[in-house]
Amino acid sequence: MKGTSLDDVIAAISTPSGFGGIGIIRLSGEESINVADKIFKGAKCKSLKDKKSHTITFGTIIDENGETVDEVLVSIMKAPNSYTKENVVEINCHGGMMAVNKVLELCVRNGARHAEPGEFTKRAFLNGRIDLSQAEAVTDIINAKTDLSRKSAVKQLEGSLKIKMSHMRDVLLTAIATIEAAIDYPEHDIEEETYKSLFDKTTYVIEETDKLIDSADKGKIIREGISTVILGKPNVGKSSLLNTLLKEERAIVTDIPGTTRDTVEEFVNIGGVPVKIIDTAGIRETDDVVEKIGVEKSRKSAEEADLILMLADLSRPFEEEDREILSFVKDKKAIVILNKTDLTPVLDCNEIYDAVGKENVISISAKTGEGIEELTKRLKDMFLGGQIEIDNSVVISNVRHKNSLYMAKDNLLNALNAIEMKIPVDFISMDLKEAYDHFGEITGDSIEEDLLDKIFSEFCLGK
Amino acid sequence: MTDEKNIYFADEADVVVIGAGHAGCEAALAPARLGFKTVVFAVNLDSIAMMPCNPSIGGSSKGHLVREIDALGGEMGKNIDKTYIQTKMLNTGKGPAVYSLRAQADKNRYKEEMKKTLEETPNLKIKQAEVTKICVENGQVTGVITSSGALFKCKAVIIAAGTYLKARCLYGETIIHSGPNGLMAANELSQCLIDLGIKLYRFKTGTPARIDAKTVDFSKMAPQYGDEKIVPFSFENKPDDIAREQVPCYLTYTNKETHKIIMDNLHRSPLYSGVIEGTGPRYCPSIEDKVVRFADKEKHQIFIEPEGENTNELYVQGMSSSLPEDVQIALYRTVPGLENCEFMRTAYAIEYDCIDATQLKLSLEFKNIKGLFGAGQFNGTSGYEEAAAQGLIAGINAARLLQGKEPVILHRSDAYIGVLIDDIVTKGSKEPYRMMTSRAEYRLLLRQDNADERLTPIGHEVGLISDERYNKFLEKEKAVEAEKERIYNTVVTPKEEVQSFLERNNSTPLKSGVKLADLLKRPELNYELIGEIDTDRPVLDSEIWEQAAIQIKYEGYIKQQMNQVNQFKKLEKRLLPDNIDYSEIKGLRLEAAQKLGDIRPNSIGHASRIAGVSPADISVLLIYLEQMKG
Repeated sequence: MKGTSLDDVIAAISTPSGFGGIGIIRLSGEESINVADKIFKGAKCKSLKDKKSHTITFGTIIDENGETVDEVLVSIMKAPNSYTKENVVEINCHGGMMAVNKVLELCVRNGARHAEPGEFTKRAFLNGRIDLSQAEAVTDIINAKTDLSRKSAVKQLEGSLKIKMSHMRDVLLTAIATIEAAIDYPEHDIEEETYKSLFDKTTYVIEETDKLIDSADKGKIIREGISTVILGKPNVGKSSLLNTLLKEERAIVTDIPGTTRDTVEEFVNIGGVPVKIIDTAGIRETDDVVEKIGVEKSRKSAEEADLILMLADLSRPFEEEDREILSFVKDKKAIVILNKTDLTPVLDCNEIYDAVGKENVISISAKTGEGIEELTKRLKDMFLGGQIEIDNSVVISNVRHKNSLYMAKDNLLNALNAIEMKIPVDFISMDLKEAYDHFGEITGDSIEEDLLDKIFSEFCLGK
Repeated sequence: MTDEKNIYFADEADVVVIGAGHAGCEAALAPARLGFKTVVFAVNLDSIAMMPCNPSIGGSSKGHLVREIDALGGEMGKNIDKTYIQTKMLNTGKGPAVYSLRAQADKNRYKEEMKKTLEETPNLKIKQAEVTKICVENGQVTGVITSSGALFKCKAVIIAAGTYLKARCLYGETIIHSGPNGLMAANELSQCLIDLGIKLYRFKTGTPARIDAKTVDFSKMAPQYGDEKIVPFSFENKPDDIAREQVPCYLTYTNKETHKIIMDNLHRSPLYSGVIEGTGPRYCPSIEDKVVRFADKEKHQIFIEPEGENTNELYVQGMSSSLPEDVQIALYRTVPGLENCEFMRTAYAIEYDCIDATQLKLSLEFKNIKGLFGAGQFNGTSGYEEAAAQGLIAGINAARLLQGKEPVILHRSDAYIGVLIDDIVTKGSKEPYRMMTSRAEYRLLLRQDNADERLTPIGHEVGLISDERYNKFLEKEKAVEAEKERIYNTVVTPKEEVQSFLERNNSTPLKSGVKLADLLKRPELNYELIGEIDTDRPVLDSEIWEQAAIQIKYEGYIKQQMNQVNQFKKLEKRLLPDNIDYSEIKGLRLEAAQKLGDIRPNSIGHASRIAGVSPADISVLLIYLEQMKG
């Protein structure tokens, strides 16, 4: 059984998901300081390892390309004086949720894995940090967690994930079984898997794995919605647009109070894409109020958003205020919506086309509903590449599954490298089997019986 | 039947071994060598170490087992080194972990040599008798009784009854109630085991016919020769010590005619007519099985292997069958070279009683009867090597029980023997269990070349490896380390000889000086090739430089596997007390609690390998263990 490890490094965002300015990523495990060191560049110190326990260090998080992801404060708590009694690192990010997520992904790519729900507490307990009276509560957390994941697992496995997964595993298993049968029955005239065929099969499975990993990111979007901000000078029709969208698509509409006092989020299902419209400036309230609060406040939210919808008025000339917003959105993911097609057009659009590209400009009438369909399609295309249908697509949304996919991919890349270097098949088999095991963590199967069945069903062996 | 009135006290021993096949021989030798009075029984003393099936020892993963047996101080490796007639290292192109040594044996000499070894071992008595009863008092073994009423009192019993329990052989429609090779079956012991509360299975296996070499046309077959460079099984032997003239085997094939005869007579096979009740192994299908299941294959390969140097009998590998004799003869005669072959022994299938091995502890002692051990085919395995490995461990652990010491338990990361025993006692098996390299998840570390490094210290601690051999082993280890050190530290500069050497071997020329180790790691180069530019290389035994070369060349992979092993060991070290009441643990699923209660794993790692125990159950167990501490 894989996946039961007592002290590998686990990582998770330990602040509630929301739009507070600060997010904390917590790492725990013997190697957690080393993981953090790989992505951290201190302002003054070289290595976190040299830091004393319970100190805070300022610096930056750097990605693989050497680019700065965020400025951070890193706290180090060395074993056993920490919550889990293991080495614990907390990375305080300032750059909003996007940065926090990016830092978490970096941790995972550098040796940590996503923590399961309740796992920090479980470790704290197993390492004797938590009082015995809390033991039952921990057991309950674990059980609740597995019940939940079992339910969602069953749901997922019934669908296309199961078909997809078993197909990928079968391709991999055939490759492994041929290697294994040739090793265990050297006297039999098994046509040995050529390196070419191993290469093709491995490449194919890597491509499919990539697609599933991509879907994991989409899965997140589908769960949480695309966070979207509508910007525009007063009176361009922000509230009408919102109301139109709400009227058109009433499928998912909920009020979720945000984590900041004055933020309200609206969920809108636009063409099957859940969109979370962040209403910082109170767009729904009267235009007067909106005008008073102004663009400044929306701008802060816009910095953190996945998407900006900039609204301009076709019936009025482009003004300084419009230009300011346009220069703000032009290097971000944005759609410029030209409202009021129902009135006589006055606006010269060339300036906008130059800034964001013609394909990102859509004309509508919030009043008549003209162009809304095109907007919907554009939204869908932008986030889903226009290729998948949300309702029946293969979507990985489980943290554990995503971990397994990442680990499988690492093994597959190793195997591919070994195949290219024509390293003896036993070594190739080693990585392929590990990859297969990681896939098995998703479907709940183990390699051993599968492999023996495959060997004996596909090859004629024996005395 | 043993009549209670006729029982007489015959002798008193420490350990009694029932059966003297490959498991029984090791099981008897180990405690005797450790100084315990041992008695070994066989229904026929001419069948000691008999090879009733193929005339060979070793092969993929089985060769590993033999090397491990030898490293622990067992006998099988030495015995085959004395009696082989052909030897081969298989899989040499597939990676060092799966190199596999296999030798053709002279069957009669193999038996003779092993019997002689047993006879010459102090503390060991050899008896021809059928044991019909095992005496147990208060959950503790006290002795055995033979069919003639002889009572042998003892403190430990190892059952290594092979395929003899209630055996019956099937030759098509003909059923003969006998053990293998026409030997007497043991019909009484099964009932005694059932009475002791032991659960039995009925398994099945088979063997092909033996034919007369005088009637075979070898010119129609492809000869298969042994290796010129011999590798001994025993770490105590050097190649030159055991060099001898080798005998070839021959390769031929079945054809459409063969397959037609089989299909036409399928209704007469007991396998297909339902006469056979036992579960047969998937990896030893009969020829009729192969033809039915792989109908699109036009031919199957057949190896003709001599049974020894002083006999005309030939083993026909690939032609195991339980079809009636007349059909067998007809189908054998369709094969090129066998057109006029004469049968000396007919192929048959054999059914026998064996146990569900989940009733055993990892020490191979029965969970419910102190001092009673099981080993070999009796435990539901298949193969001489698997049997010998268990016999050795059961023998060692019977001795350690009497010494009051902890049993020797090899982990999955220590040895193939560890994998084998862990598999059968944890998962059980519904068919005879055969060792395979694919069952060993850490096989890169469990190579046949490093079996001594892994196990000789354990064999020495147990007392089966002499100080002399142990010191030699330590010297070898030192020499390997020194050579590794040298390879890591030697710098190769981009001299002309070096560049030209690299070019000739399709390897990228050097830009600056590198370590010799870096060159060795290149896939296209190896230790022997590099010798050309490694001019200061010392003269070393191949077993030394091979070790050094493998460890350096595959360093990355070995490290990867070591990391896995370290994770694995952490869970193995979390021990579960013997007396846990799993039904009382809150949070465990019912199925898991039942399985855990049945198997009674000795560690968290062990528990995690039980089918039906999920990661969540393991978390619950970990928490339970913590609570116990408090």
